[in-house]
Amino acid sequence: MLDRAASRIARSPEPALASEAAGIVQDYKFGFHEPERHAFRTGKGLTREVVEQISEQKGEPKWMRDFRLKALEIFWRKPMPNFGGDLAGIDFDNITYYLKPTEGRYRNWDLVPEEIKRTYDRLGIPEDERKFLGGVGAQYDSEVVYHNLKKEWDEKGVIFLSPEEALRRHEDLFREHWGTVIPPADNKFAALNSAVWSGGSFIYVPRGVKVEIPLQAYFRINAKEMGQFERTMIIVDEGAFVHYVEGCTAPVYSADSLHSAVVEIVVKRGGRCRYTTIQNWSTNVYNLVTKRAMAYGDATMEWIDGNLGSKLTMKYPAVYMMEPGARGEILSIAFAGKGQHQDAGAKVVHCAPHTSSLITSKSISKDGGRTSYRGLCKVLDGAEHCKSRVNCDALLLDDRSRSDTYPTIEVDAERVAIEHEASVSKISEEQLFYLMSRGLPEAEAAKMIVTGFIEPLIRELPMEYAVEMNRLIELEMEGSVG
Amino acid sequence: MSGAAHPLLEIEDLHVRIAGKEVLKGIRLALKAGEVHVVLGQNGIGKSTLAYAIMGHPNYEVTGGRILFEGEDLLALEPDARARKGVFLAFQNPISVPGVTVANFLRTAYQARFHGGPVKAADKTGGSGSGFSVMEFQKRLRAAMTDLKIDPSLATRYLNEGFSGGEKKQMEILQMALLRPRLALMDETDSGLDVDKLATVGQAADRQAREQHMGVLVITHYKRMLNYVRPTHAHLLMDGRLVVSKGPELVDEIDQQGYEKARARYAAA
Repeated sequence: MLDRAASRIARSPEPALASEAAGIVQDYKFGFHEPERHAFRTGKGLTREVVEQISEQKGEPKWMRDFRLKALEIFWRKPMPNFGGDLAGIDFDNITYYLKPTEGRYRNWDLVPEEIKRTYDRLGIPEDERKFLGGVGAQYDSEVVYHNLKKEWDEKGVIFLSPEEALRRHEDLFREHWGTVIPPADNKFAALNSAVWSGGSFIYVPRGVKVEIPLQAYFRINAKEMGQFERTMIIVDEGAFVHYVEGCTAPVYSADSLHSAVVEIVVKRGGRCRYTTIQNWSTNVYNLVTKRAMAYGDATMEWIDGNLGSKLTMKYPAVYMMEPGARGEILSIAFAGKGQHQDAGAKVVHCAPHTSSLITSKSISKDGGRTSYRGLCKVLDGAEHCKSRVNCDALLLDDRSRSDTYPTIEVDAERVAIEHEASVSKISEEQLFYLMSRGLPEAEAAKMIVTGFIEPLIRELPMEYAVEMNRLIELEMEGSVG
Repeated sequence: MSGAAHPLLEIEDLHVRIAGKEVLKGIRLALKAGEVHVVLGQNGIGKSTLAYAIMGHPNYEVTGGRILFEGEDLLALEPDARARKGVFLAFQNPISVPGVTVANFLRTAYQARFHGGPVKAADKTGGSGSGFSVMEFQKRLRAAMTDLKIDPSLATRYLNEGFSGGEKKQMEILQMALLRPRLALMDETDSGLDVDKLATVGQAADRQAREQHMGVLVITHYKRMLNYVRPTHAHLLMDGRLVVSKGPELVDEIDQQGYEKARARYAAA
């Protein structure tokens, strides 16, 4: 039942991804949406004029407008990725690239429109928790409508703003780092995001400051056929620490939606950054995200990446270890149900000697869903005494589902220790029988095994996310076995 | 309730196949509540097969005969339904379930056995409908752990994951104590236990059997466990059949003379 192998493992025929998606979205738990109320939106399709309009609406300096236009040229020139999943369903001409929900910004919770509050209610985020957690950067459509930063962080010099506002208020700091970790030419979707980005977060943590309570943002798409192109930039200065958490749920639409974000992170000497994502897009969304961090001397970058929703996710959080002592850790979990393909993974690039990395990937496939682990471990010339370890475990809940592993290892240095271990298993009959012999019905027993399988990730999540994640997994599991 | 009219367990002409091979070829056995039966036999002879077949392991194919529990057809039920009726199997090789804590598992199993299934999170304070009380469960768990001299920290570990052989067996008997079965199948429970732990586990199992008037089917090829859980009946399994069934004196007979002599005497008959 357990098949340990270091290479590609495949099972069952390819599921018919596109045709099944329409059927599933009906069942989507958070499949509701509030009426749209937009002050401004561009037309469908992507032209120079659209990009210019976005820039003008935001009142940007010329350099940003030029950055966008240059990125647009790159986007047009770049070919679509030739790996990962099937992107043929994306119609770039049928996407609205920008809309702005209402004018103004809400500093005070009471000023946030009822309609938006209702949305959060339905996501089950309790009122007191929102207040307590303080820095909730809530993204509703393409604009950040609410930002409440705890006072003490203000006093410590922590910046937590939308990128638009950060650009207005801290232009030098912003411009110094913007696009340096992920340049527009990195890939087609990074170019697209660079051209039409809107909303997201900009975070700066000054030297030695440790932000103990996680900064959180809830994201949501709420317009038909609307693209979401948020942009997040985090700069952790020397010896500083921050934990940023983003969780997404999206309402359901019949037309395909595109979510294409860019997250750039710089962790300076001795700093530590943890970035946690729970992605639960509805199953019509293409979720194509570029995430990359640069870790300098003795700095640590941790990505915790949970992917439950979407039609297709292609996401490989990366850590570039730039100086000795840098460490990268990536914990990735993917759950693919009917019609879903989670092409997730991780990249670690050892650019300096004495750097270390750890990748842990866990995936679950059911009802013909497909998960892939796609990983890169690269050690550059001269980066000696590096250590890297990759563990991939895949769990298949039935014979129709599929899991593949695509690890790439490129080593150009001597004296390095690289380990890769991959396993794929089915829910063990012996485990099922053992639990059933204690009175648990089969579905209950399977749920317990699956929850146990992903427990190492759940343990790393903040409490309220752990609870929500367990609840989502339980919902996904209902009726799948037995 | 079918009650006293029927024995607790009745096995009639049971045939069981595993991987296409017939292992049990016509087992007959009747066990009343309060009785302790032991099935003796050499390694690999099919003793565990009997236990698995009673519990309902999907790989053990029953090709003939009947198993009745208080007069009811057990073979028609899924393993979990058998468990909820009060059948319990203490595994020879307990299975580990990574990521699931012992405490979480025990609570879920307890609820399944006594409260018709796991309760929703909202009910966890107890009360509301299911009758499940976390307090009561915790009390029973603590008492059982003390009784079996189990380190309380075991409750926070993952189920059987990295447990020693002895810890796994203790965990089985802890589950038996909490789930209070009507019929306990104890499959080689003595293996993996050192002398002291065997005494603790054996005494606890014996006490439970007497106090709860439980039926017990002990499967073993050693006498050790039987010093604590004292059999009222003994059977010898050979060639797929119980070749002799008599009183506990059979245990000493085989212990002193060995299986080969027993074969010569009973299997030929």
